[in-house]
Amino acid sequence: MDGTAGTRVVLLACGSFNPITNMHLRMFELARDHLEDSGYQVVKGIISPVGDGYKKKGLIEAKHRLEMARLASENSWITVDSWEGLQAEWVETAKVVRHHYNELLAHEENNDDVDTVKYAKKRRIEDNYYVSSSSPQNRDGTRLMLLCGADVLESFGVPNLWKQEDIEEIVGRFGIVCITRTGNEPLKFIHQSDTLWKHRKNIHIVQEWVTNEISATHVRRALRRSRSVRYLLPDNVLNYIHEHHLYSEESEQKNTGVILAPFQRYSGASSS
Amino acid sequence: MAGCRIPLVLLACGSFNPITNQHMRLFELARDHMHSTGQYKVLGGIVSPVGDAYGKQGLVPAQHRIAMAKLALETSDWIRVDEWESQQPDWTETVVTMRYHYNRVLQEYQKSTTAHKFSDKKPTATSNPSVQLKLLCGADFLDSFKTPGLWLDEHIEEVCGHFGLVCVSRGGLQPERTVHESDILSRHRHNIFLVTEWVRNETSATEVRRALRRSASVKYLIPDSVLQYVHQHNLYTQKSEERNHGKLLRPLTKQATNPVSSLDD
Repeated sequence: MDGTAGTRVVLLACGSFNPITNMHLRMFELARDHLEDSGYQVVKGIISPVGDGYKKKGLIEAKHRLEMARLASENSWITVDSWEGLQAEWVETAKVVRHHYNELLAHEENNDDVDTVKYAKKRRIEDNYYVSSSSPQNRDGTRLMLLCGADVLESFGVPNLWKQEDIEEIVGRFGIVCITRTGNEPLKFIHQSDTLWKHRKNIHIVQEWVTNEISATHVRRALRRSRSVRYLLPDNVLNYIHEHHLYSEESEQKNTGVILAPFQRYSGASSS
Repeated sequence: MAGCRIPLVLLACGSFNPITNQHMRLFELARDHMHSTGQYKVLGGIVSPVGDAYGKQGLVPAQHRIAMAKLALETSDWIRVDEWESQQPDWTETVVTMRYHYNRVLQEYQKSTTAHKFSDKKPTATSNPSVQLKLLCGADFLDSFKTPGLWLDEHIEEVCGHFGLVCVSRGGLQPERTVHESDILSRHRHNIFLVTEWVRNETSATEVRRALRRSASVKYLIPDSVLQYVHQHNLYTQKSEERNHGKLLRPLTKQATNPVSSLDD
């Protein structure tokens, strides 16, 4: 892959993290191993839990989800960012990616020996719109890639969940690292989408040979039934959950009947 | 029912090469399951790593496997590591290990319930039921009963019939089928507790070793303290995986009806 030798990468994972589990944390590790194998240098990992405005069923308060993610990533290279999570209204993923990319540039501006200021400023102006013909990112600078599971990639196909131009921007301008158990499904999905296929070089598929289906849904279910979830998530997160009595029948009913924020926004439904 | 749950200790034998989060999950799942039957109360869990004489390929010295298991279980308030099996001069049959631990567990239990007099193991209406020890294992363990020469029939009888098994599987009807297809196991199916882990988690010590050989991350698959130990002692390399290569497993040589000398004689 040209232009990748030593290219620095920051991985950004968006999601509910309701709660964070060892599977989420493994995603970062698998992605880093894969990218470094391909010659990249992964310098940072960011967990960005979604805000409460997303209105997903069973989504508990962002402040808890943020704190649990922070506890989980304490002694690691992974960090947690609250910019998205603390906003009242749901923020599109593309916006979150753009935000973090700008932060990245600002940071490089401050720390870099090389004068990238002029170049960085030039890139930032372009944040307000996306020019499809431009090269993905500052080739010599750090790249930001969205880290996700194959389910997120395939969610691109769900009507009214994503704006087409956002998908184009995320894969075209930034890039995706997609962790999958079956190599075929995501590849097929990419093949069947013109947008994804056009930017296939920016979509890194990481095969997870060792199936690990620890899902937050499963963890919440087990907690509701007073079953042990020890060793599925870090001990300090588990302690936090018990201390604050999170995840009950009641918490799972939150947002029942409420339309998910993207659907509400994109299908032109009037706010309820 | 006046809360006459049978006190129960779970014993897991195995290589623990190395111990992983999945091993510890077995205990958690088993405890939940046995409690939910309403008939048992789990008092404790024991991890008993196999001795070096087992001769399995890639088995690192017991001292390391024990140290790692201890690190992993440091913060567990009910599971502990036992070194007896690993300290025996030769490989010890699972049933022998079970008998050893059962006697110890029984003694401890009797000491702690001196109010009641025990004449034998049979529970009576007026005394508390006696403590039991069951073998905790994964579904692959049930399949191992089929491997020729690995188990003596009378040992399978004792493990399943007298003691009992708690077998945790990762979903699918495989363990039910294995029990069904074996006459011995079927006969003791009431004493074989099948626990399904609905979350497929194929983390295994084999995968962990493979990843370590390839310098891939195993963080979050094993506790950080174990990971640190592995790196400190540089365990699990191409070289360590080749240990015992070509050697017959000890049970096969020890238990053979026509004793064969092991290949390295």
